[in-house]
Amino acid sequence: MSLSMILLTIAFFFYLVATVLYAVSVTGRKWRNKEGRVTGNNWGLFGYITAIGGLVFALGYFVTRWITVGFAPVSNMFEYLTFFGITLSLAFVIIYGIYRSNVLGVITLPVVMLMIGYATVFVTDYQPLQPALQTYWLEIHVLTTGLAQGILAVSFGAGVIYLLRTIDLKGKKMTKRTFGVEFIMYTFMTLFAFIVLTNAFNAFGYEAQFAYVNEFEEPAEIIYDLPPIFGPNEGELLSSDRMEPWFEMPDWIDSDSLNTTAWAFGSGLVLFGAVRLITRRRIGTLLQPFVKRVNPDLMDEISYRAIAIGFPLFALGGLVFAMIWAQIAWTRFWGWDPKEVWALITFLFYAAYLHLRLNRSWQGEPSAWLAVVGFAIIMINLIFVNLVIAGLHSYA
Amino acid sequence: MNKNCECGRVNPYGTEVCGSCGKPLADPDSNRLLNMRYEGAARRSQIYSTSIIDKIWNFFSSVKVGIGIIIVTIIASSLGTIFPQEMFMPPGETPEVYYEEEYGGLGQVYYALGLHNMYGSWWYMLLIAALGTSIIIASIDRFFPLYKALKSQRVTRHKSFMKRQRIFGTSRVEDVDHTFQAAQDILKKKRYNIREENGHILAEKNRWARWGPYVNHIGLIIFLIGASLRFFPGMYVDENMWVREGETEVVPGTSGDYYVENQGFTYEEFDEDDEIFADGMEASAALQFEETFRTDAVLYRPEGPLGVDQELEEVDRHPIEVNDAFHFDDYTLYQVDYKLDELKELSFEVEDTETDEVVGSFTVDLNDPDDTYALDNGEDVRINSYFPNFYMNDENMPTTENDVPDNPAFIFEMANPDTEALDHTFLGIQANYNVSPDQEENRYEFSLDGFDTNDLTGLTVRKDNTIPYLSVGGAIFLIGLVQGSYWPHRRIWLQRKDGEVWLAAHTNKHWAPLKKDIDAITKETGITAPRDQIDDEYEKGEDKDNS
Repeated sequence: MSLSMILLTIAFFFYLVATVLYAVSVTGRKWRNKEGRVTGNNWGLFGYITAIGGLVFALGYFVTRWITVGFAPVSNMFEYLTFFGITLSLAFVIIYGIYRSNVLGVITLPVVMLMIGYATVFVTDYQPLQPALQTYWLEIHVLTTGLAQGILAVSFGAGVIYLLRTIDLKGKKMTKRTFGVEFIMYTFMTLFAFIVLTNAFNAFGYEAQFAYVNEFEEPAEIIYDLPPIFGPNEGELLSSDRMEPWFEMPDWIDSDSLNTTAWAFGSGLVLFGAVRLITRRRIGTLLQPFVKRVNPDLMDEISYRAIAIGFPLFALGGLVFAMIWAQIAWTRFWGWDPKEVWALITFLFYAAYLHLRLNRSWQGEPSAWLAVVGFAIIMINLIFVNLVIAGLHSYA
Repeated sequence: MNKNCECGRVNPYGTEVCGSCGKPLADPDSNRLLNMRYEGAARRSQIYSTSIIDKIWNFFSSVKVGIGIIIVTIIASSLGTIFPQEMFMPPGETPEVYYEEEYGGLGQVYYALGLHNMYGSWWYMLLIAALGTSIIIASIDRFFPLYKALKSQRVTRHKSFMKRQRIFGTSRVEDVDHTFQAAQDILKKKRYNIREENGHILAEKNRWARWGPYVNHIGLIIFLIGASLRFFPGMYVDENMWVREGETEVVPGTSGDYYVENQGFTYEEFDEDDEIFADGMEASAALQFEETFRTDAVLYRPEGPLGVDQELEEVDRHPIEVNDAFHFDDYTLYQVDYKLDELKELSFEVEDTETDEVVGSFTVDLNDPDDTYALDNGEDVRINSYFPNFYMNDENMPTTENDVPDNPAFIFEMANPDTEALDHTFLGIQANYNVSPDQEENRYEFSLDGFDTNDLTGLTVRKDNTIPYLSVGGAIFLIGLVQGSYWPHRRIWLQRKDGEVWLAAHTNKHWAPLKKDIDAITKETGITAPRDQIDDEYEKGEDKDNS
């Protein structure tokens, strides 16, 4: 393993320890009260120091990889998702410095780990830069945008805490709000299950090779990295000791992607269902002990503050720098490429958020839901637009 | 119908909070928190609503309407990314067929709804225009009242103004003068501007941040106007050109003012055994990893009198690469595309079938073929027909798709000394037909002897005179955004009322840091910590939930 990957692994464990420390700090206070004396709680400080340690190692990864490849490592899915995780932890470190909210660490640092974990699903080897990316504008545009997205993601973390704190999740009846919270939980469990699954099959070197007939009615071959539930059109299994597909797909469906998607959502569902069955409670309620003492008004403010900091930065990196570079590399500052459109959508969405906040009735819970949607839009632009929609930005 | 406040100020009709003393005028007897938006000043949109202009004004001045337009724009914009826009379609396809073939029924619907060319559609433009209108009107409607209100605010505040601030507290102190002096010093250290009046204090900072939204809206408007300038003639050029190595072409869009020569095209790929990148390239699905492509370009201007004898004079030269364009005059030449190894020349050998001797050979320039070629034995070969990009059409006749020599084919013509007739030979790449009408054997046999290729560079010619406006607009927008986002406007009022010290505070955003400023006062002076009345409301709500 290269030095940069070692540093990233160390950073990952620092984030893990920091999460635990923060979790102890928010639940720990309660125990002290029972003893009848409040001696203060230093776990949050330890958590903060550990989180900064994680950030330092993560930046170590970033710098060493930069030195090796000769450009900022933000040019493919692995590199960008990792960078996004790092900027989220950086944004957390900054905002924690302002508000000292321990619970924010309990929620955002796991997101950081999930992002870095998800990044490893993609190719982690060094890849060369295509001509359009060989310029310092790569650093100027992508680093600014990534930092802005990391800061905006903190608003999501604070928003989720607000929702967990204020929404009654214990009631028997399912409402739109309980469903919403559970859906957020399910999404993250899906991501978690998928990361574990792909890394596990990867570790055992799982591969199932098929000969099949593609959409041009020509013979082709394909390798599955996960067991084939959905097999390719007229597929014939070439690897031995691998299971036969349960379903054969017609030629116009990208069966490998469908299979991967099915595994991701299916395993998420199994994990979600198992936890629900064992605990007999909503997943959200399992997190509620951490948010019990939270002042919701403060969470609302943190969420808003993160957007107030991140929004101008996003406009700068995601639109202005993007336009300048597009004019230099692609001859036009704006070309309605899907990534550009989704950057505009992100910008417009947060603009709508800021205008809605002028109205006091949109502060608090509605605002928190909007922060969740904003994060979803960022994720769509980061993952969906890159992997599914073809465009100039599809590098991975 | 203006309202006279008890402090003596005459407030315009529609004022909710007196611009001078802060007395609530709209609902004076309530004890709910004051709505401090725009300082409770009267706005045009809330006063007039009779004429058509008023109604239009009121419609566009509404933030709700503005948000509505934003949301519709968001939804519309996202729909346009479901399938590729028409401009990203592979060349040579027709949209009617393409969307249905590629995306089935959904693609057909997509095309029928016009979503395939959405961002240039009239209704999308209209949406952006509505957004611009909303920005202008809503800003004017709010800026002037807000500016006046903040300018005319007096230090002395009405009691109910104080009581109805979110942060409010009263306290008894031993020596009010001394306490006020101490508080003042603390706030001065925190860079508040202090104003005193009748022994009352107003500490205020970052009022200029309140203008941020209006500044950024001005920037946006300049940007949108700049973008619309593109539709005026002469502002914008967008042309493409292909230049073969060694050739000089007129630069389209420059009215013949400029010519560009491609002196050589360079194409390099990454070494697949590269020490660092080899694994990554192997793991990727991509087939090739291009490293560089570059055109060594020379720019010319025609000199001398108009006409045939104009000579091209070199103006400038520049190796054009992606991210390193060639700028001249108002124009820019960009490296955007290339075509490697296009056929340039074909060489043929001619054999006499009677003697089995090679009687000559000739080379055809595929982009500029001669009519006839002389052979060593004195005979001439004439090109009867030339098909640069040959295919057989529906009537089984040879024809060409275009002028690009991707699949050249010829019909050669030669006099047969035996029969005195003309022999015809059809010759293409991997194609050789006898096309003599009498089906007799030709005396001379042609064969392909060799070929030569060259590279083409694809350049985009761009002129965009809207960019200065966009840059100014964008810069103003960013300045306004930063101004409004990174500095909160804070005010703290300290008043002597009924022998007590009354403290109230307001900020347009971020209350926690404001509370920290107040904590600094309460820690050092006898003033007790004020309450956050929103927290109070919240706690009341909590109690209700629990019971």
